[in-house]
Order: sequence, then structure tokens, then C-alpha cells
Amino acid sequence: MTDVSPKGAAGVRMRSVDKAFGPNVVLRELNLEVEPGERVVIIGPSGSGKTTILRVIMTLERIDGGTIRVGGQHLYHEPVGDQLKAASEKHIRKVRSNIGMVFQHFNLFPHMSALENIMLAPVKVHNKSRDEARETGMELLAKVGLSEHANHTPGQLSGGQKQRVAIARALAAEPAVMLFDEVTSALDPELVGEVLSVLRDIAEEGSTTMMLVTHEMAFAREVADRLVMFDNGRIVEEGRPSDVLDTPQKPRTREFLGAVGDQ
Amino acid sequence: MSEAVATSPTPSGPSTDQKLAYEPHRKWYRRPEILGPVAIVIAVYAVLLGVEVQPGRYRSAFTADGDLALDWDYFFHLIPQMLTGAYVLARATVLGFTGAIVLGLLMALGRRSQFKPLSWVSAFVIEFVRSTPLLVQLFFLQALFRTTDVVNLSGVQILVLGLALHYGTYTSEGYRAGINSVPDGQWEASTALNLDPITKWTRIIIPQAVPNVLPALGNNLIASFKDAPMGGPVLAVPCMLFFANTIRAEDFRSVEPMLLIGAGFLLISIPAAWGLRRLEERIEYER
Repeated sequence: MTDVSPKGAAGVRMRSVDKAFGPNVVLRELNLEVEPGERVVIIGPSGSGKTTILRVIMTLERIDGGTIRVGGQHLYHEPVGDQLKAASEKHIRKVRSNIGMVFQHFNLFPHMSALENIMLAPVKVHNKSRDEARETGMELLAKVGLSEHANHTPGQLSGGQKQRVAIARALAAEPAVMLFDEVTSALDPELVGEVLSVLRDIAEEGSTTMMLVTHEMAFAREVADRLVMFDNGRIVEEGRPSDVLDTPQKPRTREFLGAVGDQ
Repeated sequence: MSEAVATSPTPSGPSTDQKLAYEPHRKWYRRPEILGPVAIVIAVYAVLLGVEVQPGRYRSAFTADGDLALDWDYFFHLIPQMLTGAYVLARATVLGFTGAIVLGLLMALGRRSQFKPLSWVSAFVIEFVRSTPLLVQLFFLQALFRTTDVVNLSGVQILVLGLALHYGTYTSEGYRAGINSVPDGQWEASTALNLDPITKWTRIIIPQAVPNVLPALGNNLIASFKDAPMGGPVLAVPCMLFFANTIRAEDFRSVEPMLLIGAGFLLISIPAAWGLRRLEERIEYER
């Protein structure tokens, strides 16, 4: 499988995006451009707003200002003539279908088996037949190494297995952009490796655009095309992972890397 | 577990702890909330039997008027009539509560609606109905639907309507609590998978809310069954209480019919409560 996403990869362009929760400003006129097929890892101290970047792209939080484009289409706006108008839910749904997300706490549906979790969106959203969806579902489960767990419910799976099912579920929709929000943070240390190796496979074989928020610096160095250091609602520093990790230019980055202890 | 089995000949602290851990649900006859009512029923029956054993002691020489003593022949003679009354009530309860389940869901969804006027109207109706007694509502509905020629509903129909409306508001609050108990992550995953609202509600939210709503629904069902007899005196629905009133007026007897009604309710309510609890246990799943 050379082409995971038939839709092709899509880029993400965030232009002066603002987001605040009450008095707490989380994103300050953020400009971030991700090229199609690029893998960007976002690092930064907790509470810096890095997760919010992913959440506003997934439309889990709505932005206060600025624009976001995914695959060239405005996410929160509809062009009317040469003006931009606030987008309808229908428009947002259409653009959102290009995006997939994997969560820190998996968020699997506990009343469904692993396979049913994966099949739901293809059958209900993408109008695939059940047979077709089951076939792709089993392929995806094989890919994440969980074929024999197809009929197990999330309650019967370990944390690492749950997260692998969640990744397979997100992949089933064949998104052009994949968002990974601290996907290993809730796992026991010995289970982190199995999830990272699945991510590595996706990064290697696919043309999918990936945006990852993580604290796994060694993994970031290995997978990322670009590393973004984020703090206090702004990008502090960005560049090739080896450059940022080995020769950080900004004192804030040095301080952060010193605190997390780069492996 | 195999370890516990292997070491079972020597009774020790940890193994009993382990045994408890494997049986999270106590047997129904060990649950005080079931044992209590059952004990009360048995005690009541025992007292009644005691009364029957020594009838002469309580039975007055007078049987015609003003006699309050228990007449067992009369008691058993009432059973067929009361059974037909119980049937009418049970049917009204089932119909009314079915209506309440549907109406409650509509009101709960209406209250959650993004469309503000619908949300306000739903909230107002829920608060208004919840804050007034069923008795008053039945009189009101009777005045509305029985005194005009335009709409003329029977007593049973008004009772069903009243129960559906009154218990619909209670069920809607149950639904609301159940829906709120579905974790945020499930809503977010639904958005991330781009599920349409119908799929989100029917496949994700409602299936997970139901186990949380079920205890409230069960309690409401039993409460509505206990409230249904109001239809007798108010609406002249031919139920047990209506018969009891008639009997009191004609034969000046209250003890036998009322005793029969109490026993009848216990005989229906307790198995119903037990059945609902079993249902709750079955429907639970591991999160």
C-alpha cells in the first residue's frame, strides 16, 4: 500500500488564529503552515496551548479570530464573492471529513467491539457497504497487530491496544490530515513502544499529513520533518528536529529541553 | 483465581477478599432493599393468617353495619372484581409510561436544542408540570377534555394522558442526567469521526446513556403505577380504588377492599422492582 489516502495529502494553513478561554489567551495570532505530507511535531510545556492547536483544527473548539485552511479550503469560513463569511455547519462537516484525530485518552466507544469501532464511520459517514468496511477494518487491525482482538470490547483491551484500535479507527476514514494529541501520555511506559511503532509505520508508508503533540523527544527526532517549539500561545522556535533539539537558539527552548531531558 | 482454588482448604484472609472481589453483585436475597419489602409482605401475610386462625376473637357479632372486623369470605369474594380493576390500571400504566418514555425523550432533546425558543418552551413545560401535583393535573385535563363536546375522552384515556405528561417530565430529567453522564471524550470522538447527528445520538450517546437512565426509569415506572389509582376517584376509571369507594358506599366496608388493594400493589410492585434491577445488571457493561 503506497497510497494510504486516495484523497491525497492536504496541507494546513493557520493565519493569525486567536483562541481564548475566558481571560486565558491560549493562541495569539498563531501562524502555522503545514505542507501536504509533512510531519510536524509540536513540543512545549503543558498548558502552553499546543493541544488547542489540534483541537481548533478538529473543530472541537471554535476559533475567536483568524482563518484555518485545510487542503486549500477554509474550515471556518465560506468565500462569498471576495468576502469571507462564517461557515455553515454543513460546510464545516465537509471540510472536516479530511481530518482525523487520535486522542490522549483513546475515546473508543465502550459499547462496541474493536472492529465495530473502526467500521462505524466508514459505514455511516462514507457510505461503504458493511462487507467492504469489515474487510478494510480487518486490514487495519492487522496493520496495528490486533487481528485476534477484533471482537473484544475496549474494556477487554490494554491501554496500548486501545490506542492502536483508536489509530486504526481514525485511519479508516482515510483522512488527508491526521492529528495525534499526546497519544502515548496516558499509557504505561512499557506500552508506549507498541503505539509509537504503529505511528512510525504510518509515517513511513503513507503520504498523510501528520501533526503530533508529544513529549517523546526521541520519537520526534526520528519521525518529524519539522519540530515546532510552542509556549504561551506562540511559536518560540521551529526547524529540523536535530537543529532544534541539539542546538536550540532560544533560551526558552533550552530551558524546556533541559527540563524534559532530551534522550 | 486458580491459586485461590488451590489454597481453598486453608481459609485465610486474602482468599476471602478475593472471593468477594469476584462476586460484585450480592444475591438478591442478601440485598436489604429487596429483603426489606419481602419481609414486610411476609409479616403482613403472617398477621392476616393469625387473624384467620382466631376469627372469633376479632369478629363482632354484628355483620350488617358499622362492622370493622375482617371477614375473610368477603375478602376472597372481592378478588375477581379487584383483578379486573388491577388489569385496567396496569394497562393504563403501561400505556401512560410508554407515552412518558417517548415524551420524556422529546422534552429532554428539546431542552438541549440549540434553537433557543424550543429549549425555553421545553424547560418551562418540564418545570411547570413537575411543580404541580398529578391530582390537580388530572382534574385539569378532565375539565379540558371531558366537559366540551369538541374533544370527549374517556376516563382511562385522560389517565393515560396525565400519566404520560406527568411522568414524561420526570423521565426527561432522567434522560438529561443520563446524557450528561456520557463522557466528553465520546462527543469529541463523534466529532472527530465526522458522524452525523443522527448516528451520534442513536449509536453513541443514547446507548451509553441508557444504562445510566434505567434506574430512574424503573423508579418512575413503579411510581406511576402507584399513582395510577388516582384515576379511580377523580376520573371514575373502573380500577380498584373506584371499586373500593363503591363498596364503601354500598356495603359500608373499607378494610377488606383496602387490604386487598395494598396486598395487590405489593404483589405487583416488588417483582417489578426486582425484575428491573436484574435488567439493570444485565445491561451494564465494562467501561
